[in-house]
Amino acid sequence: MSDQTSTAPDGSGGPSQTRQYPLGEIPEMPAPGATTGIVGWMRNNLFSSITNTILTLISLALLFVIVPGVLNWAFFDAVFSAESRVACREISSGACWAVITARFDQFVYGFYPTELRWRVNLTFVFFVIALLPILWDNVPYRRQLFWLATAFPVIAYILLLGGFGFEPVQTDKFGGFLLTLVIGVTGIAISFPIGVVLALGRQSDMFAARIVSVVFIEFIRGVPLITLLFVASTLLNYFLPPGTTFDLLLRVIIMVTLFASAYMAEVIRGGLAAVARGQYEAGDAMGLNYWQGMRLIILPQALKVSIPGIVNTFIGLFKDTTLVLIIGLLDPLGITAPILADSKWNGLSTELYVFVALFFFICCFSMSRYSQYLERKLHTGHKR
Amino acid sequence: MSVTEGASAQAEKMEFAISDEIAIQITNMNKWYGDFHVLRDISLTVNQGERIVICGPSGSGKSTMIRCINRLEEHQKGTIIVDGIELSTDLKNIDHVRREVGMVFQHFNLFPHLTILENCTMAPIWVRKMPKKEADEVAMSFLERVKIPEQANKYPGQLSGGQQQRVAIARSLCMAPRIMLFDEPTSALDPEMIKEVLDVMVGLAQEGMTMLCVTHEMGFARQVANRVIFMDNGQIIEENEPEPFFTNPQHERTKLFLSQILH
Repeated sequence: MSDQTSTAPDGSGGPSQTRQYPLGEIPEMPAPGATTGIVGWMRNNLFSSITNTILTLISLALLFVIVPGVLNWAFFDAVFSAESRVACREISSGACWAVITARFDQFVYGFYPTELRWRVNLTFVFFVIALLPILWDNVPYRRQLFWLATAFPVIAYILLLGGFGFEPVQTDKFGGFLLTLVIGVTGIAISFPIGVVLALGRQSDMFAARIVSVVFIEFIRGVPLITLLFVASTLLNYFLPPGTTFDLLLRVIIMVTLFASAYMAEVIRGGLAAVARGQYEAGDAMGLNYWQGMRLIILPQALKVSIPGIVNTFIGLFKDTTLVLIIGLLDPLGITAPILADSKWNGLSTELYVFVALFFFICCFSMSRYSQYLERKLHTGHKR
Repeated sequence: MSVTEGASAQAEKMEFAISDEIAIQITNMNKWYGDFHVLRDISLTVNQGERIVICGPSGSGKSTMIRCINRLEEHQKGTIIVDGIELSTDLKNIDHVRREVGMVFQHFNLFPHLTILENCTMAPIWVRKMPKKEADEVAMSFLERVKIPEQANKYPGQLSGGQQQRVAIARSLCMAPRIMLFDEPTSALDPEMIKEVLDVMVGLAQEGMTMLCVTHEMGFARQVANRVIFMDNGQIIEENEPEPFFTNPQHERTKLFLSQILH
C-alpha cells in the first residue's frame, strides 16, 4: 500500500507517537480481555449500564420468587394419579394432574369410538412422516416421501372418516386435539395456496381478477371469524337446497380456511411488494412468461420475506380453532367443560387450562422455531 | 459520471464488419407516460453487427428507448421491428423478441435466491427448453469467458458489483441472443470495477455482437462504437461516428453535454 519510507520499529520517525510497526504492517492482535467470552457477554448484555444492571437484578429477584413456586406446584407437590380431586388434595396441595391422566383419551380423541382410535393414531403417524419431506430437504427418501405427502389427504380422509371397508365415523364424534389438528392442518394447508393466488390476483393487470380478489379479501377480513362460524353453522342451511346434509365440520373448515387465506393474501402481497422491480424486469427480459417468472423468481423471494407474517397467520389460525366451541364443536377447551361439570373433578380448572395451553404452546412455538430455521436456511447474503 | 478515458481511449479503434441485414428498425416511435411525452418521433435503424452508444442527460429518454426494444416499456405510436418481428400487443411476438434480445441492467438484477450458475441456466432451461446438463455446460463456458467460473456456486450477494455485472452479462449470453442491450451497465459500479465490465463488453463487440449501450463511458464509445447517438428531451438530437461526434459536435446541446461530461 504505502510507498512512503516506513517508520523505523523503534518509533524514532513518528512525529508525536511512538510507532511499533512499520506503516501498513500492523499485525492482527487479540481483542482486549473481558470483551469476549462469557465475561464479555455478561458485561455487554446484563451489566452494560446502570439501568441495565438494575433491570438484571430485578429480573433475577422476580425469577427467584416465581420459579420455585411454579415448580413446586407443577412438579414437586403435584399428584399424577388419583381417583378424584378430593383424593388429590389428601395427598398434596400441588397440581392435580390426575384429572388429565384420567381424561387424557378424551382430550386427544374427543368422542371418537374407542375401538377405532388406532385409526387416529395411524393417521397421526402418517401425518408426521408426510411432514418430514415438506419441512426438511435432506430427509432420506425425500422423493418417495413426497408421494406419501401428496396422498396423505386421501389417506387421512379414509382413516378418520371411514369408507373403503373401514367403519364410518361421523364428524360429530371428533373432538379434542384431534379436532384442533384436523381444522388447523387443513386450514393451513389450503389457505396458503389460496392466499398466494389472491395476492397475485390483487396485483394483477387484469381488472376482473383484481376486483374479485380485493372484494374477497376486504369482505372476509372485515368480518369477525365468529360471525363466519355462525354463518357456517346456521345460515348456510337456508342457502342450500333442503335435505342436503353438509357436514358441519366441513363448513367450519371452509370458513376458517377462507378467513386465513384473506390474511395470508395480504401478508404475501407485502412480500411481493418487497421484491425489487428489477427482478420482474430481468425475468421478462429473459423471455420467461408470467407464471414462470412468478414461480421461479418472484414468489421464492416474496415468500421468503413473508415467512414471519405467514407463520404468524398460521399460528393465529391454529389458535382460532378454539372458537369452534361456540358453535358446539368440542375442541380441547370444549372438552374441559364436561370434565369441570363432573363432580369428581369439579374445581380443577387451572390444571385443565394449563394443560390445554401447553398443547397450544408446543404447537405454536414449534411453528415459530421452524420459521426461524427456514429464514436462516434461505438467507443467501445481501439483496440484489 | 466517471469517464475512463486514458488506457481504453488510447487503444486502437476497432473495425468490424457490419452486415446489411437489419437487426432493429424503429420508425417514428412515440411514447407517453400518461400525458408526458417521453419519446418523440424516434427513428433508428440498426444493422446486424453494429455497436451503438447512446448518451444524453438524465431524463432524456435513452433508457426508455432501449427498454422499448424488448418491450419492457410499451410504445404508443410508430413501429419497432426487431429481428424481422414487429412488436405489438401480441404476446407471441414479444416472447420471440425477448428470446433474441439480451439485456443488462444498471443494477444487475441478478436473482438473489439462486446461485450464479442457476441464474445463468434459468432462461435456457425454461425458455429454450434446454436439458439441465447442457445448460450447465453453456453457462460454465460463458462464466469462464467473463472470468468468474470459480464463483458458479456462490450467491449474487457474495460477489462484488463488477463480478455481479459480469455474471449478468454471462446470464444474457446463455440465451445466445442476436442483440444485446446495455442500460448503463457501469454506472452503479465502484470506479475500480468499471474496467473489468467494459473489457467483457469490448470482447463481445470484437465477436461481432449487435450492441446498443446506454453509457457515459466515452472511452468505450470511442473504442468500440461505430455510431454514437445523443438524446435529449425524448428526441435523437445528433447521430454520428464517434470521432466526429466527440471532436466536432454539431448541435449546441451536444456541445454543452460533452463539455459537461468530458470536463
